[in-house]
Amino acid sequence: MRHVISALVHNVPGVLSHISGMLASRGYNIDSLAVGETENPDLSRMTFVVRGDDRVIEQVRKQLEKIVTVVRVEDVSAQDFVERDLMLVRVSAPPGGKRSEVRELTDIFRGRIVDVGPEDVVIEIAGQETKIQAFIERIRPYGITDLVRTGRIAMVRSATLGSGADEPAAEAATSE
Amino acid sequence: MSSTIPNRTTSRMMSGSDAVVEALVNHGVEVVFAYPGGASMPLHQSLTRYRDRIRTILPRHEQGGSFAAQGYARSTGKVGVCMATSGPGATNLVTGIADAKMDSVPLIAITGQVGTPVIGTDAFQETPIVEVCRSITKHHYLVTDPADITRIVREAFHVAQTGRPGPVLIDLPKNVQLAKLEPDFDAPMNLPGYVVPDRSRAQPEQIAQVAGAIRRAKRPVIYAGGGIISGEASNELRELVEKTGIPVTTTLMGLGAFPGDDPLSLDMLGMHGSVYSNYAVDECDLLLALGVRFDDRVTGKVSEFARQAMIVHIDIDPSEINKNKEAHIPIVSDVKYALTELNRQVEPPEASLAPWIAKIDAWKEADPFGYDESFPGILPQHTIHRLWELTRDQETYVAVGVGQHQMWSAQFFKFRQPRTWHSSSGLGTMGFGLPAAMGVKAAHPDALVIDIDGDGSILMNIQELATCVCEHLPVKIVLLNNQHLGMVMQWEDRFHAGNRAHTYLGPIDHPEAIGQGDGLGPEERYPDFVTIAKGFGCGAARVDAKDRLDDALREMIDYPGPFLLDVTVPYQEHVLPMIPSGHTVKDLIKQ
Repeated sequence: MRHVISALVHNVPGVLSHISGMLASRGYNIDSLAVGETENPDLSRMTFVVRGDDRVIEQVRKQLEKIVTVVRVEDVSAQDFVERDLMLVRVSAPPGGKRSEVRELTDIFRGRIVDVGPEDVVIEIAGQETKIQAFIERIRPYGITDLVRTGRIAMVRSATLGSGADEPAAEAATSE
Repeated sequence: MSSTIPNRTTSRMMSGSDAVVEALVNHGVEVVFAYPGGASMPLHQSLTRYRDRIRTILPRHEQGGSFAAQGYARSTGKVGVCMATSGPGATNLVTGIADAKMDSVPLIAITGQVGTPVIGTDAFQETPIVEVCRSITKHHYLVTDPADITRIVREAFHVAQTGRPGPVLIDLPKNVQLAKLEPDFDAPMNLPGYVVPDRSRAQPEQIAQVAGAIRRAKRPVIYAGGGIISGEASNELRELVEKTGIPVTTTLMGLGAFPGDDPLSLDMLGMHGSVYSNYAVDECDLLLALGVRFDDRVTGKVSEFARQAMIVHIDIDPSEINKNKEAHIPIVSDVKYALTELNRQVEPPEASLAPWIAKIDAWKEADPFGYDESFPGILPQHTIHRLWELTRDQETYVAVGVGQHQMWSAQFFKFRQPRTWHSSSGLGTMGFGLPAAMGVKAAHPDALVIDIDGDGSILMNIQELATCVCEHLPVKIVLLNNQHLGMVMQWEDRFHAGNRAHTYLGPIDHPEAIGQGDGLGPEERYPDFVTIAKGFGCGAARVDAKDRLDDALREMIDYPGPFLLDVTVPYQEHVLPMIPSGHTVKDLIKQ
């Protein structure tokens, strides 16, 4: 089972190292880890994607909570939530037909071309993991020369009303 | 916490190292075990300025200092403090810190560090000790701003001794020690992630559930661990047993939580636990697991452990609940609080426990801890049994190393009070006994403090004999000398056809080194521990005749200074009973 865990941590040196070290030494499988400051400069938010059964996830949560610099831990995926991943990808796109095709694909996935070179373009795309994955598969035949992702971030929805409408158009178009 | 710190209104300038030492004094620290070096010299200079209020003991190795601080902490419940310089001094503390983490001992380790301007440059004696120790501390600090010193020391004491206790490391760069500051000893703590949790108290409905489970039980057993001791809940445990008549088995960490010579004591359980405790846990219908962590040395094959029982698990650390074994009634709570509440309403089981107790008594009768009493020489078990008989009427503390002698001590010395038994239980660190005993003696100068050790273990920290002599810490050492690494040798005998693989501690050209020969006489054994001990200035004697043992033990006990008694024992003895690793009670070996 895939879980998205969110941890609010005290923004002190070494906290990332402490947490990633704990996860590694206890043998937990982390698919993704994203970290950044929150609205409060004293606190950072870390978002993990972890795989494991309920027992593993319970231990991950408790072991995280045990770390003195961890303020709060939440299993975001246990609730209704929004999840995003941001990717920059450089794709070979020589002027002409190929470049138009790449542009078209980018539009369908609601991405943006943020840099244009003589032989390639850089595309920015954000969304759920499945969408990013689908885009990578579609764009791969054109020749990916560079790819970087932020890792997943997530937030619990404030109300259940209208839930499910995560990314109506592109989501539907790309779901396998 | 703040109430324990005297309010200081007069502000004055002082050095960072003075502020550290004064903060230690304010927190009630009476003794530190500190080995100096370049990067910790300012701290030591400060210690001399406070020498009327804080005793500094110089161990002969930083690891010895860390175990001495543990002995102090384990025997008092207060925070133990050790100190070392940067680099090798700091790395020598690592084993002691890891040991304190495994056994939940409140320890503060203070290390000198190279100055902040050169951190990260591979400076002389620079080690990133905070990085090294992250996963083996409860918390850790690298102090970069002198203004943080008082807050950090305050937080360190708070974190080390609240909740589940553990070690805290404070790494102090030399320039921070030397900086001038105006200390604020009441500086507020900044630990947003460490609110001592309000859920560390059992809920009334949980307590009622436990009382109900006890009421319905026909074959209940209490499985008590180190949490009872660090949670100061020994009296509450005894009250629960008085009220319900439920028998008690303890873990290695729990020895002394319940009187070992009480008729309802089942002694220790697990790999080298008693036959009757393991049978009782196997057949019980209610297991009250109190301040324990279902360690693999206790459970063996965990899925088969207490298979028929409803399990109540009370522990202060939420991560221990359901970690190794799922509990039917999981309770995250301070165990003293939970037992106090339980004792208010608990009633004995509805059905009489007499048939259950009779069954247990029959098991006890059939398979007590035993040894060949007719053996003409001195058996290690006999030595410990005699030592217990001779010391049972005085205040006695015991520390041990790791191995066969440790297990025999756990089996044959009947501890009655918490904090009288000191063993590196989780990490299993050889060399723990002598320095730990030293720390116990520093805390309890008028008590009898004995290190029961093995000839392998003691050699790992034998340099501390110098500390015992020079710092006037008259520790008694009963050395069970079998010339082998007994526990590994026992496994060789059981599982590797007796093939000796580097478990003989004498010269390699002796036949015993390859598993032949009958063992050497006392005079030929290596090394000569009596001469070594005398060289350090300790009293020492050797005993190899059974009829001389009691006199030799008495001579040791009565000797005014530190004393090593080298007891010549055969190496052929095995620690029994034994449940092989990962197996169940069905595979229990009695012979």
